[in-house]
Amino acid sequence: MARKSTLLPEVAVVESIRQETPNIKTFRVVSPGGGKPFEHIPGQCAMLSTPPVGEAIFSITSSPTEKEHLDFSIVQTGTVTNYLHEIEEGFEIGIRGPLGNGFPVEEVKGKDLLFIGGGIGLAPLRSFINYCFDNREDYGKIDILYGARTPDDMIQKKDLFELWPQQPNTDVYLTVDKECEGWDGKVALAPHYCEELAFTPENKVTVTCGPPIMIKFVLEALDRMGFTPDQVITTLELRMKCGVGKCGRCNIGEKYVCIDGPVFTYAQLLEMPPEY
Amino acid sequence: MKKVQKEKLEDLFERLAGDGVLYLPLEEDGVVNFAPWKKGARVNLEALNTVLPPKRAIFPQTETYMRFETDGKKLQIEQVEPVEGNYFLFGVRPCDMAGIKVLDKVFLDEPEDDIYSRRRQAGTILSLGCNDPHVSCFCSAFDLEPGFAPDADVALWDVGEVLLWKPLSEKGEKLTSSVEDLLEDASAEEERAAEEQRNSAAATVAAAAREHGWNVEGVEEALQDMFEAELWDKLYRRCLGCGICTYICPTCHCFDVEDFGKWQEGERFRCWDSCMFEEFTLHASGENPRPTQKERVRQRFMHKLCYYPSNFEGLYACVGCGRCVRQCPVSIDITQVIKEVGGVKSGS
Repeated sequence: MARKSTLLPEVAVVESIRQETPNIKTFRVVSPGGGKPFEHIPGQCAMLSTPPVGEAIFSITSSPTEKEHLDFSIVQTGTVTNYLHEIEEGFEIGIRGPLGNGFPVEEVKGKDLLFIGGGIGLAPLRSFINYCFDNREDYGKIDILYGARTPDDMIQKKDLFELWPQQPNTDVYLTVDKECEGWDGKVALAPHYCEELAFTPENKVTVTCGPPIMIKFVLEALDRMGFTPDQVITTLELRMKCGVGKCGRCNIGEKYVCIDGPVFTYAQLLEMPPEY
Repeated sequence: MKKVQKEKLEDLFERLAGDGVLYLPLEEDGVVNFAPWKKGARVNLEALNTVLPPKRAIFPQTETYMRFETDGKKLQIEQVEPVEGNYFLFGVRPCDMAGIKVLDKVFLDEPEDDIYSRRRQAGTILSLGCNDPHVSCFCSAFDLEPGFAPDADVALWDVGEVLLWKPLSEKGEKLTSSVEDLLEDASAEEERAAEEQRNSAAATVAAAAREHGWNVEGVEEALQDMFEAELWDKLYRRCLGCGICTYICPTCHCFDVEDFGKWQEGERFRCWDSCMFEEFTLHASGENPRPTQKERVRQRFMHKLCYYPSNFEGLYACVGCGRCVRQCPVSIDITQVIKEVGGVKSGS
């Protein structure tokens, strides 16, 4: 039997599909014989294939502690995602992974964690957040700050409103960008809310992901709050084809987001050219 | 050292072609490119640069690696094996051989690219030293020797009536013994002649490099601080974004992956892509980290002269073949970049 190419996907089954927001669905993916297509660590990604319309990279939103499946929260925005948003449960797709480095789940043991997510940016963070809750004694205080344009644009509502607030030593802060009917919670942009909450940097690591503009202002806010660049972790997504450091398009300077990332500390990003 | 009489080359080609595909520089309508030999083909061992580099034999412009079938909700995926038969690349110039080494580092580095690796292993490469480099050759800037390709399987030198033949690898030894009846021992005089040609070719390109200031020493380090340099503003304005510099480059290896077919069945292939194109880095969201030609031109030079050497122990991803310099329709010239960057460094 010939060796399997690193570019060749395996067949997987979309076991269930949940509508999260008007344009985001979460897909639960399993192997055709049941079980997880592969093991991963929080923050890693996978290529999902939808022949004949191609392949694209997505972060895995389920924690590795979920033993039976991989979950992907996906915005309908291009060719592959249009296809995914049209299929029904039971459809087979291709999957290739795990790809990328993942979050430093071991290195930050014993630390307090502050997660700051915006919109679909919660997807990679959720893998890490749920991993922490399933290994609760390994991590200190957990703060989760999540912002979306409107309440309807919030993903993983059960986690945000029910499950996470019940966790010990955990606070969840939710905010929307603008006043809207039916929302009596916080109205503020995530970076502003973050500063208002006055998180302190002592023994804390911040993990953030969201739209580029949000990340930019979150980084500035954290800097004013006294967080050093090596206390801030983010995860990037660039256009990718191979996912294994060969096809040459996801580099930022000499670093390839697909193999050296997608997770970088802000300290690392400061060393790299601003091309992301 | 061995030699083969030029009058016996036709026999040699026939022998090699019987044992695999023999790619060598063939001239058709005045254009020389590596192509499979057949009887009566017009072999041109004088031409220095073929229009396209010989990398195509190892890294084809388009390559199918997967077939799929769908049936309702069902999907079947199967790997398409790369053609694995033997092949020979005959008459590869030292710069192009160095280009293959640049590709090797990318594709054979972990995780190994299985498609490339199998093609690479199936081939035997016979290089041909340059006796008379072109005025636009600048291989010496990268410490390469125009007359010798140390990474080839067999090194050849044209010394008039004969090609001198020196096996350099296990594959080269194997090939040598399989065609032994067509080879003879080279005389000391012929070896001396080859040596002289080697030295004279090296002196020619070295003199040109000195004259034009093509010195890459320190260029990698200097470029690390030049991401925002004015140089890029100047350079990109006339770039048409045609991508020819990348297609004809022996070290360019970026590829795209696409599906082709109907809903029920089709194939997935990879094909050469170019950092000169807008779509290369365009996100589905509409964001583009390299939104204008400026960032793309910068990426090409930075990759070859700074990022690649940072990742691969100082090896530059340019081999001085001169193709992009000669074929760019608006004369964007990597030697100018080297010169300016070198100049910036020595002036700072």
